[in-house]
Parts: sequence; C-alpha cells; structure tokens
Amino acid sequence: MNDVFAVSAAPHIKQKISINSVMWQVVLALTPALLIGIFFFGIQSLFLTIYAVAASVFTEALIQKFRKVPITVNDGSAVVTGILIAFNINSSAPWWLPVLGSIFAIAIGKQIFGGLGFNIFNPALLGRAFMMASWPTLMTAGWKFTTPMNNLFQSSINGLNNLPSNFPEVVTSATPLRVVKALRDTTQISSDVANTVMDNLTGMNTLQDLFWGNVGGVIGEVSAAALLIGAAYLAWKHIIEWRIPVSYIGTVFVLIYVFGGINGMFSASIMLPIFHILSGGLILGAFFMATDMVTSPVTKKGRLIFGMGCGALTVVIRLIGGYPEGVSYSILLMNIAVPLIDRYTVPKPFGQIKR
Amino acid sequence: MGFKTFPGGIHPHDNKVFSKDKKIEVMPLPEKIVIPLSQHIGAPSKPIVKIGDEVVAGQKIADAGGFVSIPMHSSISGKVTKIAQFNHPTGALVQGIEITGDGEDKWIELVDESNFMDLSAKDLKERIADAGVCGMGGAGFPTHVKLSPPEGKKIDTIILNGVECEPYLTADYRIMLEQAEDILAGLKILMKIVEAKHGVVGIEANKPDAIKLFKKLLKNEKNIKVVGLHLKYPQGAEKQLIYAATNRKVPNKGGLPMDVSVVVQNVGTAIAVYEAVRYKKPLVDRVITISGKIVKNPKNIKARIGTFYSDLLEYCEGTTEDIGKIISGGPMMGFAIPSLETPMTKGSSGLLLFDKKEAHREQENVCLRCGRCVDICPMNIVPSFIAHHVRNDDWDSAEKSGVMDCIKCGSCAYVCPSHIKLIQWIDIGKIKVSENRTN
Ligand code: SF4
Ligand code: SF4
Repeated sequence: MNDVFAVSAAPHIKQKISINSVMWQVVLALTPALLIGIFFFGIQSLFLTIYAVAASVFTEALIQKFRKVPITVNDGSAVVTGILIAFNINSSAPWWLPVLGSIFAIAIGKQIFGGLGFNIFNPALLGRAFMMASWPTLMTAGWKFTTPMNNLFQSSINGLNNLPSNFPEVVTSATPLRVVKALRDTTQISSDVANTVMDNLTGMNTLQDLFWGNVGGVIGEVSAAALLIGAAYLAWKHIIEWRIPVSYIGTVFVLIYVFGGINGMFSASIMLPIFHILSGGLILGAFFMATDMVTSPVTKKGRLIFGMGCGALTVVIRLIGGYPEGVSYSILLMNIAVPLIDRYTVPKPFGQIKR
Repeated sequence: MGFKTFPGGIHPHDNKVFSKDKKIEVMPLPEKIVIPLSQHIGAPSKPIVKIGDEVVAGQKIADAGGFVSIPMHSSISGKVTKIAQFNHPTGALVQGIEITGDGEDKWIELVDESNFMDLSAKDLKERIADAGVCGMGGAGFPTHVKLSPPEGKKIDTIILNGVECEPYLTADYRIMLEQAEDILAGLKILMKIVEAKHGVVGIEANKPDAIKLFKKLLKNEKNIKVVGLHLKYPQGAEKQLIYAATNRKVPNKGGLPMDVSVVVQNVGTAIAVYEAVRYKKPLVDRVITISGKIVKNPKNIKARIGTFYSDLLEYCEGTTEDIGKIISGGPMMGFAIPSLETPMTKGSSGLLLFDKKEAHREQENVCLRCGRCVDICPMNIVPSFIAHHVRNDDWDSAEKSGVMDCIKCGSCAYVCPSHIKLIQWIDIGKIKVSENRTN
C-alpha cells in the first residue's frame, strides 16, 4: 500500500460551516427587509441597493488586487456591507450616495485595517457616519412618509391649537423620533399640547404601523417585523446570539421608561420605550450591526456589557444629544471599547474555585 | 425523561448506525501481535522476557515501571520474536514486544472464585493491579492508582462512564447490552474497594435500550442508579460527566475527580476489573469498533490486545474505496495515524476509516471573532484567544487564558467557520506552558 494517509490534528469531522456560508446567510436574513423596503418605497430602493453592493464588491476586489492578497469577494461579507449601506439611506437619495458610502466603508472601514477579521469598526456604520457627515441634508431630508402615517400626523397636528408657527414644518419632514425629540426640546408649546402629540405618537396605531412597516424612514428600517424574521433565522442558525440584541434593547427599554418622559422621571407611558425600540433603526442596529462578529466582543459577558453600553449611549444621544437617532454612533463608539471589554471579561474556566 | 447534562457542547451527527446493531464478534487468533510497553499514563512497563522465550496467553511479559504504571501480558501463546520500536495508536513510535503465535491459544491457569466479594479491599485492588487494568475509555490511567486516594480523601461515588459520546463508536454500547451483569459486578467491586456508598451508571440518551436494561437490573439496588444523559458532545468527558451526574465541579488547574469524592471508570474497565478479580484474568482483550462509511462490513470485535489494525480491517472485509485517513479512536479526539500496521492497545476503542473526501480539511482562515467556539466550550474558556496567544508565542497569556484547563474535546474546532486548527494551537500551547513550568 503506497497510499499517503492524512495525519492532521483532531477533530476529524467538521461542522459544515464556513465564512461564506455565514455571510450569505446574513444576506438571506436581510432579504425580507429589503423586499418590504421595495414594496413601500418603490423599485428605486432596489436600484440603490444594487449600486451599493456593486460598489462594495468592486472596491474590495480592487483593493485586494492592489494589495496582492487573495480576492475574497465571494465570501459575501462585502455584499452584506453594501446592503447595510443601502439600508441606511432614503429611497430618494441620488445614485452616487450609496456608491460613495460603500467605497468609504470598504476602503476605510475594512481594507485599511487588513480586511475581514481585522477591522475595528463595523464598515457599514462607518460608511453611514461618513455619509451623514458629508451630506447631512441628503441623509435626513427628503424621505417620505407612507400615506397612512402622514394622515396620522396631519390629523394629530390639525387637532391642536396654539402650535408654534414652525412646528408643523418640523413634523412633516421628520421621522417620528424627531418629533419626539422636538417635543422634549421645545419650549414654545404648552405641556398640554406636547402631551397630546406624544400620546398620539405612542398610541397603539402608530406602534402597529412601526412594527409592520407602515411608516416612513430609510430603506432598511421600515418594517421591524421584516427585520425580526431575518434575525430569528440567524438566531436559529446560531449565527447571531441573544446576548447583544437582548441587552441592547433591554437597556434602551429600561432607560427610556425611566428617563424618556417629557414630564420628568417615570413620566413616560409603557408605550414610549416600545415606540423608541421600534423606530429609528434600533432593531436593525441591535440585530444586524451590533452583532457584527468581527467588531463585537468574543466573550459572553463582554457581549452583555457591549449591548448595555450600546443601549445606554443610544438613549443618551436620543434624549440629551443633538441627534434624534443615535444607534449607529453608539455602536461605533462601543466598537472602540471591544478590545478592552474582551480583555477584562475572560471567563473563569469551568470548575474555578470561587474565592 | 429527566436527562441531565453540562453547559456548552455540540451536536455532531453520531454516525453509530454503521455498527450499533452488530453483535460483538470474537476475532480469530492473529498470527502476530505487538504489546506496546506504554499503553497507559505513567512509567512504561519493563520487559521481563527476551527474544526466543515461549509465552502463553495471560503470561506476564513486562513488569509495571512504578506505582503509576501497569504490567503487560501476552495476549496469545507463541514466541517472543522482536523487542523494538513499533507504531503506536497515538501516532508515535513506542517500544514493544512482538509475539509470533503458535496458533494453539494456550493460557495461564485461570481461577473461578464466585465468592470474590469476600476478598478484602486490599486483595481486590492487588488483583486489579496484577491484571494490568487501566482506563479503557481513552487516557488509560492505571485503575489501581485511581482507587488509591491519598490519606484523608474519601470517595463516596463511583461513576461508570457508559456515555460513549464519540460519533461512530459503539463498543461500549454493545458491551452494555451484552455484558451488563459483568459491568455491574465490576462496579460493585470498585465500590467495595473505596467504600463508596453510591454507584452511578451514566448513559447517553441515544442508547435507550441500554438505559432500560440497566434500570431493570438495578430495580432492587438501593445504592446504584442509572443516570440518563442528554445527547451532547462531550458528555462523556470526565468533568462534564461528573457534573451532570452529581452536580459537582472538579476544580480546574489540575483538580482530580477524587477532589470531589468521585472516581470515574469506563464500562469496559468495569468488565476488566470483574474478570481480573473473579478469574484472575489479565487484561488481554477488549471490544473495539471498526467503522466508517467505506468499511465493507463494520463490526464490534472482541480482539486480543496487540492485534494489528490491518488484521482487524481485513476481518471486516476491507474498504470499498481508497482510504484517505486512518483514525485510531473516535473522530473528535482520536489520532490520525500513518499506517494500519499499528497494534491496538488497552485504550483502543475504535478504528475508523475515512475516504479521501472525508479526510479533506479546509485551509485555515482568519478568525472572524464570531464567538462560536466560546459559546460551546464545555470548559468555559476562550479558544480563539488561546490560538491567538500561541501564534504570538505569548505563553503567559496562553496560560492565563486557561490553555491547561482545555480537555481537548475538539468542539471548538468543530464549529469554527474559519476552519482554525484550534486543537493544534492548543496542543502547542499545552506543551510550551508545561515546559516553562518545569524550567
Ligand atoms: S478549548 Fe478545549 S475544552 Fe474548549 S471546546 Fe476547545 S477543545 Fe474543548
Ligand atoms: S469559532 Fe473560529 S472564527 Fe469564531 S471566534 Fe472561534 S476561532 Fe474565531
């Protein structure tokens, strides 16, 4: 027998899983949200997504060719980044916005660090921050309400007297979160009025619309339900794990419930935290961005701390900071802390004697 | 059903179908055997025969090399033809004694003492030591040593490991079905030696008939119980089994089961103990599973220690396709060995043959930091960190990350999407850290 037998280290069997399968399953999990986005905002959303994905993949291939390293674009990670970039813009954005965002995300967010596995920041979030900083008006203005939501706003506003002259303007061109923020910040309207608008906004109807997708926003955030279907799939396949999303969303819930009301501590109804969770990209962020494996902690305890940190920062930004949003910046900030979190959360081995 | 388990773990396909319903067959006498002098943990045995000596089956041919060691016995009758280095199931080369058989199967004189339970604990232990019994589940720790806790350490529970969580392997399953009484007799001997009040037989959920059989046999036993365990790998790892069966955690950093008043023995070892005590029969044969998709006729074979893997495979009518990999033991923790001209030892639980495709391993990629390995590690350590530290030659950090606590179950490497050879890195880490400790 002249055969040469393979002699590798154990184990000799291997689960059928690879980077490619993980990433393409993430792509699959993002598909329901993309379909809903197309349904509400039109075919334009699909085109923007295609531009973003093409730019991501092309940039990655080009840089890898330039760096003379193997070209790994079929691993699907650049596709994920592209989709997430498109998910963060409005359907009315010009074609070059997602293209530039994707190029930045891949070049500066990923390849500069050495490619997949070495990047510190979630590339898509870095791309979004870049677009926000460079074209703030394109990123925030011009997005559309879906019709029922628009009617809801109109009716709640029309029913009010004594509104400051600039208020309807704020409302009609803003996300629900902006309105809530305006209500907290404005001194121009009476608290009665503010409370009524708040109640309207956090009413069951609005929450339902937010959940199913009957509300305006960027392409990927329109339907919490569609995102959750994808997230459930990933959790089932053990590609994302519960700790980060649960601690993230849980923290937001608690902090908003305690501090989120417009009349001081504990003045919020239980609807307000739900409203916060369902709007403004928190679901997308908690399940698809904060859970990015490369840029989140490896340890179990670390993931809990990471999620809580993201939640706390999100609430701080939404309630105190200058933006009504806050999800992406909080995740980016927590990305920086990941090495530190990992270092201090190395678990005690099974059987460690407690002291 | 009230099954118990441990935190972490994985669910590989158990692939036991190939051999699980095959009754144990006694292999015809091999023409030639090799008894390696190291089949156990501890000092190698010292040969007491020389080339040309005539020996019979069961005759001692090597003395124990110390207290933590065991004697070796010839498993057939014939003539000593060589004392040299031979292949070993761990892939190494090890000193061994070759015996060419005379085809007659002459034996030493055995006894049959049905009142063996009247023997003193000391006598019982002596018979076990004389028979060269060591753990037959894998590591091969000398059994009499496990039964000799230091002054002041009390053992209250003996756990018999009938988990057999490695995929493919069915040898323990078959002996549990076919030799249940012997196993329980062995357990009672073990309990008597250390004055343990409790006996536990741990069996995994994928062997319901074995669980049922033992439950039936133990109906009237107050002190011995069967514990059904969830189907999860590595349920049969010592610390994980102890935790599942008794809720006790063996301390890390070199803690032993006896630190939590437990001794674990494999079910096969229990049979060896029983035969050593009742018949004064040395450990010269065992049941081994020969399996794999390409094996023509997978079997559970009772074979003499020292039988070559090539003979075992031939008895199973060879393979249907070219062999890509030979695995000594189970697929999770076994050793890939370069040749079938390797003798089986007291710890050989299985011989697996993989085709070229099954032998194929993907290239190692970068760590995605996905945490899958962390989620399943039964020892609750961070395998990816250890790999990272070992790559950077950072032995201190590797030690702090718990490289010495790793039980090398292989679960982490099994789930890694980047195909990182975690066990290989951990192995290097273990070696380096222990070198540094002794320096
Ligand atoms: S690190 Fe060790 S104990 Fe943990 S899963 Fe890997 S091999 Fe098993
Ligand atoms: S499973 Fe592999 S890729 Fe994932 S963290 Fe562990 S070593 Fe890294």
